[in-house]
This record gives sequence, structure tokens and C-alpha cells, in this order.
Amino acid sequence: MLYARLIASRLVKAVIVLFLIIIFNFVLIQLAPGDPAAILAGEAGATDEEFLNQLRERFGLDQPMYVQLWHYVSGIATLDFGFSYRQQMPVLDLILARLPATLLLTGTAFVLSLGLGILAGSLAAARVKKPSGSLIMALALLFYATPLFWVALMAVVLFSVYLEWLPAYGMLTVGAGHTGLALALDVGKHLILPATTLALFFMAIYTRMTRASMIEASQQDYVKTARAKGLSNGVIQRRHILRNALLPIITLAGLQAGQMVGGAILTETVFAWPGIGRLMFEALQQRDYNLLLGIFFFSAALVILFNIVTDLVYRLADPRIKEAP
Amino acid sequence: MSFFARFAQNRGALIGVIILAVIIAMAALAPFLYPESPWRMVQRPFLPPLEMDGFPLGTDTMGRNVAAGLMHGAWVSLLIGFVSTSVALLIGVPLGAVAGYYGGLIDDGLMRFTEFFQTIPNFALAIVLVAIMQPSVTSIVLAIALVSWPPVARLVRAEFLSLRHREYVEAARLVGQGNATIILRQILPNTLSPIIVLASLMVATAILLESALSFLGLGDPNVMSWGYMIGAARTVIRQAWWLSFFPGVAILLTVLALNLVGEGLDDALNPKLARERS
Amino acid sequence: MTETVLSIRDLTLALPKGADRAFAVEHVSYDVSEGEILCVVGESGSGKSMAANAVMGLLPKGVHATGGEIWFGGQNLLTLDERAHRSLRGLRIGMIFQEPMTALNPLMRVGAQIAEVFEAHGRHTPKERQARALALLEEVGIPQPERAIRAYPFQLSGGQRQRVMIAMALALEPELLIADEPTTALDVTTQAQILKLIRDLQQRRGMAVMFITHDFGVVAEVATRVCVMREGEIVELGEAREVLDHPRHDYTRALIDAIPNDAVPNRHHAAEAQPLLEVRHLDKVFRSRGGMLKPSREVHALDDISFTLSRGETLGIVGESGSGKSTLGRCVVRLERPDSGQLLLDGVDFTTLKGETLRRGRRRVQMIFQDPYASLNPRTRVGLAIAQGPIANGVPRDQALAKADELLELVGLGGVADRFPHEFSGGQRQRIGIARALALEPELIVADEAVSALDVSIQAQILELLERLQQTFSLSLLFITHDLRVAAQICDRLIVMQHGRIVEHGTAEAIFRTPRAAYTRELLEAIPGRDAVLASA
Repeated sequence: MLYARLIASRLVKAVIVLFLIIIFNFVLIQLAPGDPAAILAGEAGATDEEFLNQLRERFGLDQPMYVQLWHYVSGIATLDFGFSYRQQMPVLDLILARLPATLLLTGTAFVLSLGLGILAGSLAAARVKKPSGSLIMALALLFYATPLFWVALMAVVLFSVYLEWLPAYGMLTVGAGHTGLALALDVGKHLILPATTLALFFMAIYTRMTRASMIEASQQDYVKTARAKGLSNGVIQRRHILRNALLPIITLAGLQAGQMVGGAILTETVFAWPGIGRLMFEALQQRDYNLLLGIFFFSAALVILFNIVTDLVYRLADPRIKEAP
Repeated sequence: MSFFARFAQNRGALIGVIILAVIIAMAALAPFLYPESPWRMVQRPFLPPLEMDGFPLGTDTMGRNVAAGLMHGAWVSLLIGFVSTSVALLIGVPLGAVAGYYGGLIDDGLMRFTEFFQTIPNFALAIVLVAIMQPSVTSIVLAIALVSWPPVARLVRAEFLSLRHREYVEAARLVGQGNATIILRQILPNTLSPIIVLASLMVATAILLESALSFLGLGDPNVMSWGYMIGAARTVIRQAWWLSFFPGVAILLTVLALNLVGEGLDDALNPKLARERS
Repeated sequence: MTETVLSIRDLTLALPKGADRAFAVEHVSYDVSEGEILCVVGESGSGKSMAANAVMGLLPKGVHATGGEIWFGGQNLLTLDERAHRSLRGLRIGMIFQEPMTALNPLMRVGAQIAEVFEAHGRHTPKERQARALALLEEVGIPQPERAIRAYPFQLSGGQRQRVMIAMALALEPELLIADEPTTALDVTTQAQILKLIRDLQQRRGMAVMFITHDFGVVAEVATRVCVMREGEIVELGEAREVLDHPRHDYTRALIDAIPNDAVPNRHHAAEAQPLLEVRHLDKVFRSRGGMLKPSREVHALDDISFTLSRGETLGIVGESGSGKSTLGRCVVRLERPDSGQLLLDGVDFTTLKGETLRRGRRRVQMIFQDPYASLNPRTRVGLAIAQGPIANGVPRDQALAKADELLELVGLGGVADRFPHEFSGGQRQRIGIARALALEPELIVADEAVSALDVSIQAQILELLERLQQTFSLSLLFITHDLRVAAQICDRLIVMQHGRIVEHGTAEAIFRTPRAAYTRELLEAIPGRDAVLASA
């Protein structure tokens, strides 16, 4: 009951945010220099007068502003994101076809970065002022400061070009015709480089955050109480310090979802991973702005969904907020 | 201990300052060492590093001098990093201050607005903004500022929320100081140190964002930037890895230096006062 | 013959470099025997908790023993390794702390936290542990123990949490209990209950208790023997009765004298026909704003409050936390706006003033705050901090700064106007706060727990200063406090508040001699050491 109400209120909020994003997109098209129809069609489409007229009619571009807005909003509300002239496919179909690849990549990277980040962060917190702890933090700082796309390129040079261990491009070996387990293994092999490079940056963030949060938690009074009980250090670290330290990490993980989308755009571009990030890059190159805005809206929706999930997880983890949602 | 003494105690921060000084020197000396446009083709393409005098880092796919590009690129990175951070501060600080100080409905409204910007995936937003406004230094600065002000507003708001009921603030209200005086004289000075620390990290993030945008081809077509150099060399990575390698190292060092300086500032500005209370 | 449980011999603990002195404690020796409560008393910074931390092996980072021995159960605890020391903690030595609000893990149920003590020492099966936890909760007098065992700490009150802490500390029947200021953070009536509980348990189990406190009232209440500490050294050690009645050392005497005694005050101020402040039917309700789907909650902080205050009179508002006393003070200075009712200042309604008129009207009513560390802007020189009020009210800057110098002189801090707050001690900062309140030449000053955060010796000085200034300027004083002893010392009349209502109202003398309301009697009885002090008077 409590959760139903909570989810309901979060969904209402999500719908409002999505509505605002639609309006934001609309305003952006209006503000952009040049003919809105040309923008929607993209540069290449501008030559095709017939298509432009089609667009003008669809969005009511010759009508007053509020009518245009209405056309735009009602279109998206019915999941009609328009047509990509360059790709000769509806935008929605394009996005949905590419979505699984992106979810696989970001999901793997998320689990990898969170797990390893928390592990490394706890180790560093337990070894403050020891060389091993400092080394972990130095590495975390290094990965935090490294441009993601550059790490990806260097990984290609090292592991694909020179060592020839892993494939550099795509999601599967084209023409190999793998099925079943062989297919899964093939995809897994292709996944290693993109997922790892995407995870590195976020792992660095989680490592730094976990360490800071654990050090903060270890100074709390209840840790002294736990020591006064005669509990062993390991139990205190796991049960008292880590559990309390994880709460802010959950919040952070929610906030990082948006960053993850940004990271995916870069990684997918470098590794030619057929997800919506790569699709966004293609849309950029072809100046297919309607597709670009569609992807933007879709990625925002994904992030909001993820935020709702982390919000619920937080509530499960912290008994204090169960009372008043 | 003075601010500088505390800062200097952090060895990483000193290294950061030195790296940063070198990069700033690179940016400042670029027009003198390489007065010609870094876009000009000056030699044969794909010249490897250290093979010819005057081209220590070789040439790129179009025969442009990589060393010249690197030095001119430093200027763009620093410019965009600092200007966009300043713009983000100009949006975030007043917004957070007003929200935190007045509270209530004003706070609610402003925070919903901030949350909205925070929920939108920020790199995707920056891409859309720059793509539709057409790439230029101005649009890139605006896009980066627009996606990076929310953390500032949240930080300033949190500080104001915790300070506005601090006893010295209430005392100031009781002696008849006006709201503007209280915000500017009593509260804001006490929030400066976390803002400064955050700002130094934001410059680093902005530089990363700029490089990522120009890597995707959304850089200002009139200025040479590190991200563009990597992006342009991406397709020839098998033949000429160094074309991507050196600009990447430059970005890495700059961002690293700014982070180190940020950590040093944090140590120096927020010394943990070990007040003994037994 | 009772057996010595703990024996501290010539203990010296070094503080880290850069601390304000070299040693936390120096050459300290004392014993704690079976069946006795040894009170270790001292003001902040006396090092009174440090030996206890050494006994537990829980010294703060950077502090370490450089000499002496701590004998317990035939072992020198200072030479034990961490593993052996750990096996003593919780099993043979239990400890409770000052802050019940933060001493329990917020994410674990109370029962699980108690069961952990058994688990740490490998006792019982998980099921038995729960049963034992329940029995312990019953023993420490928690209402509805079956529910409490499943509760999270945030669902319990401060007093209940402290009972849980005691249950954990006593779970394995230790020979020694260390209590570090266990009642300091509690309300006076709760404090009385917890003190009684500790005393009862100690007698029932015959353990040795080391009780650390700053409050001689508490000492009189529980101590068998007393050890008085100052700046890391023992100044006096002896039987409680002996030390309380015939302190040999000047410092001990000063501490005992500084406790506001119960010799009932005989101050009386003639009420005037036209009072300076007249409060009529003040009401204030706090509503936690509900969200879209969240019900709002209400707390009636002030419920029909009426009283008057004459020129030159001191009126005490006494109550425990949650009584609404601070809200009342904040309404009088208009930091809060009452929902209804009137505040008449010389017959002019202060509640309806708004904006600019309010800003100008504020001059007449000023406030002295509780926390000396939060009441001064760390980045403003103290002279300017005092002058800011007059400057905001149109006095030229030079003139205002010159006046600030005079005021600092007046509160006993001449020539320090260009220093920053962090260069002053708590008591000195409170003096600066008083000077700031005086700068606008107000007619009424509200002092909200103005001495609560200070050591007793400093408390006495500040109270004296307030009294002197009040007479010099014939100020009216609204003195808000949780401490009846302090109120008795300075106030002409008292108002006792509970749950937002006035439960009793009268001269200080009448309230002390013939309290009418049951709650007032309860408060008076809860004052620690009252019986003991009265008996000796």
C-alpha cells in the first residue's frame, strides 16, 4: 500500500518531468537558427521539398505556436516520435531496435563498476595511510581524470591491434552465424572492452565515494558502541560501517544513471556498439535532429525510471523513512 | 597554520599546481612558438614523432603540426573550462542562495527546477544543445554551463539551509540587518570554501565535457581542440596511434592537475578542527 | 572486605603533537572496588574520560599511554594485545556513552544490537540471544519490551535508548561498568530515572561502576567515592560524603560552590501597573508540511500563553525539551511569528509589525544565544560583530566601533575588538554575545539557555555579569532555561512550562517552597543531588 502510493507519486512526477522535456525540445527547435522543418528533416532532407511539406503539415508549422505545440506533444504522447528520413524508418522503431544492446552494455558496466567500486573503496578505507590504500586512491583519481573515449581508443590499440586478444568493433562476429551458447560467448567477448572502459570511470567515482562514506561512518558513535561490545573488526566493518556507508552510495548510483547514458554514447561510438548511443552519434553526423531529440527524450525517460528504482531501494535499506514516504 | 602552509603540505596539490602552470604556459606561449594557424598543412601527413626537427610530435592525417595543435588546444580547453564554470556559478550560486535562505514555496519551486535539470542526462543534453544551436565556443560554453550548474545550486542551498538558523545569522536579523546584507555579509562568506573546492572540480569536468563534445565532432570549427584531434585521428588509430595518444595525455594531465588542486584546496580551506571535548 | 576490581597506577597518557597540552592525564592513580560507584568529576578538558577510554582500549587516534599500569583481573590492560583486550570488552567490562541518540546503529533493530553482545563472545544460540535480549529490556524497564525489541532506534526516545545501551552493557554481567556522562544529554526527569536505574542495577549485581560526570549534583546522587580532576591531574580523591561536605582542595570547593544552591531565593521585584511586556493568549502550532500524498503533522508548541514582565524584572521560563520554552522566547524576539495572541511592548503590539517597521522595532528586544560556538560569525571581527547592529540602525561606523570597544570593556574583555571569534573561549564568546545584545540599548533581553553550554565555574561568572548589567541598565530579562537551579539563582518570578502550556506561575520562592502543580514537584525532585545538598544545609 505504502509502496503503491509512493510509486504512484513518483510516476506522476516522472510524467511532469517528461512533459517538460517535450516542451524543452519544442522550444529548442523553435529557437534554433533556420527553418524548423529543415531542422527536423536534417540537412540532407532539406533538399526534398515534398518531405519538408509533409513535416510542415504534420507539425502544423504554418499554424499558431500553441497548435504546433499541441501537435508535437500529442504526437509523443501517442509514442509517435516521427520518421527518420535518413534511415527511412520510424524513430521509435530505430530506438527500440537499438535499446537491448545499450541496456546490456550499461547494465554490465553498472554492476561491474558498483561492485568493484564498493570493494575497492572499502579496502582503501580500511587501509587509510597505508601504501595499498593510497595506491587504490591514486588509481581511482587517475581513472576519474581520464577521458572515457580516450581510454576506449587506447584499449583498442593495446588489446585489439597489438595483442589481438579481443575484438575491437561491433557486438558480434559478422557472418559467423553463431547460435545459442556460442553466440552468447561471442557477444560476451565483444562486450568485455566496451563494458570495462565504461565501468572504469564510474568505478573510480564509487571507490572515492565509498571510501569517504566509510571513513565518515567509522567516526560515528555507534561504531564505538560496537567496539565496546567486543565485536571483531571484520564484523564492525561489514555490519556497522559498510551498511551505513552504503546509503549515500545508493543515492549517488541513482544520480550517476544520467552520466552512464553520456558514457554509453562515447563508448558505443568508439566500439561501434549497435546501441542508442551509437545511434545518437549517427544522428549527429547526419544532422538527423528529429532522431536526436527522440533519443534524448528516451534516454531521459530511462534515467527517470532508474531513479525511481534507486529511490525504492533506498527506502528498503533505510528503516527511518518507512514511516513517512 | 596559514592557508598556504596547509595547501603546501599536500604534495599532490603542489604537483597539480606545477602541471597546471605548465599547461597555462603552453596556452600563453602557443601564439609565439607557433604563430601560424594550427589548421595549416605544413608537412607530409602521418609524420611520426621525433622524426623531423620542428615536429616533435609528428603530423596528423592532413599534415598539420600536432605539437602546434596541442599548444593551441590548451588555450581552448582552459578557456572553456573556466568560462563555463563561471557561468554555472553565476546561475547556481544566486539560485541556491535564494532557495536556501527563503525556504518554503520559493525553495520548492527552485529546487524542482534544479531537479529537472539534474534528471536530464547531462551529456545528452549538451549534445542536443550544441548540435541544434550549431557548434561554436559560445554554444559549447552555454551548453556546459547549463548542464553543470545544478550541483552548485544544491551545494549552496544546503549550506544556506544549515546556516540560516545559525545563531549568528539570527542575531544579525535581530539587530536589524536586512536580508540582502545577511545573505551577502553573514552567510555567503561562510559558504565560499566549499564553493571554491567544487568550482575547481567543475573546471576539470567542463574540460572533459568539451573534449567529449569535440571528439564527437561538435567542437567549434574555428578553433583547434584536443578532443577534435583525438576524434579526427580515431579512424586511423591502427596506423597512427600517437595522433590520439598525445592529446589524450594532455587532457588527462590537465584534469588530474585540477582535481589535485581541488583536493589541496579542500584540505587547506576546511581544516578539521580537532577540538578536544572530554 | 570488598575486592578491588580495577586499579589504575600512575597512568600517563600523551596527547598528539599540537594539542593544547602535552598529556591528557598525568600520573593518575585510583581504584574501583566491587559494589561501589566511583565518580570521576571534572570540567571540559580535564581529561576525565581518558583513563576510561584507556581501560576499554578505545583511546582516540593519536593518544597513547606513556607510563603507568591499569590492572584488571590480574592483567595489565596496557600490555594486552587488541585481541585479548577485545575479549574483555562487553564481557567483563561494559560501557555506556553520553549521546543515546547516536550511540545505536540506526539501521539495526534493538534486539539484534543487544544479541550482538552475546554473539561477539560466542554465547548462546541465536534464539536464546533474542530471549535474553527481551529479559534484559524488561530488566532495564523499557515499556512494552516485546515491541521495543523489534524497534529501530529512531522509534525510541532518548531515555529509552539509554536504557537499551545499559541493557547491552550489562548483558554479560560484567564486573565493571563504565558510564561516560550517561545522563548529560537527557532531560532532568529522565536523568533522575536513569540514575536510579544505574544505582539499582549496581546494587543488585554488586558490580563496580566508574561514573564520569561534570555535575556535582549527580555526584551527590550516586557516588560512593569521588575523584576530582583538573587539567589531567587528580586534585582530590576520597569518600563522597567527605568530599562534598568538607572539600579540602580550593578547586573542588569552587566547583561545589558554583553549583547554584537550593537556598531558596528571596528576590522579589515589585510588579508595576504598566508592565514593559504583556503577553496575551499566545498560540503557535508547527505543521510539518505534507507532500502530495503525505499527511501533515501538528505540534502545539504554544498553547494560550499569557504573562507580564515589568521593567527591571527577571522572569524565568523553565521547562524540559519540547515544552515550548524556546519557541516562546523566539516569538518574543519575533524570530518566530505566533499564530494568534498579542505581544504588547509598552502597550504597542509587536506581533503585527512587518517588514521595515519590524526591522526598526527590533532594537528594543534583543537576545543572548545558547551556543557560544555558533553565535558569532567566524569571519567577522568581534568589534564589528558588536557594531553591526548600530550600523544597521544608522549610527556612523566609527562611532559604532568606538561603542563596541566600550561594551567589550564593560563585559570584561577590553582591547580585543579586532580579534576573530576562534581566539576566544566559550565563556568569553558568551560575554561578546552579551555585549552585542547590549549594543542597541534594548529594554528587554531574552536569554535562551544562555549558560547551558558552559562549565559550572564559567556559568557562575556569566550569571553574575548578567545580574550586574541588568541592574546597571535596569533591563528586563526573560531567562529561558531547563535548569531550575540556575533559574532560582537569577529570577524574580518563574513560569514552568510543559507541552506548550504554563503549568505553574509564581515567585521563585513560592515555586521552590510550595510547588502546586504535580509536574513542578516532579521537576524539583528530579534535580540531582537535591536531597543530599538539603540534608547537609
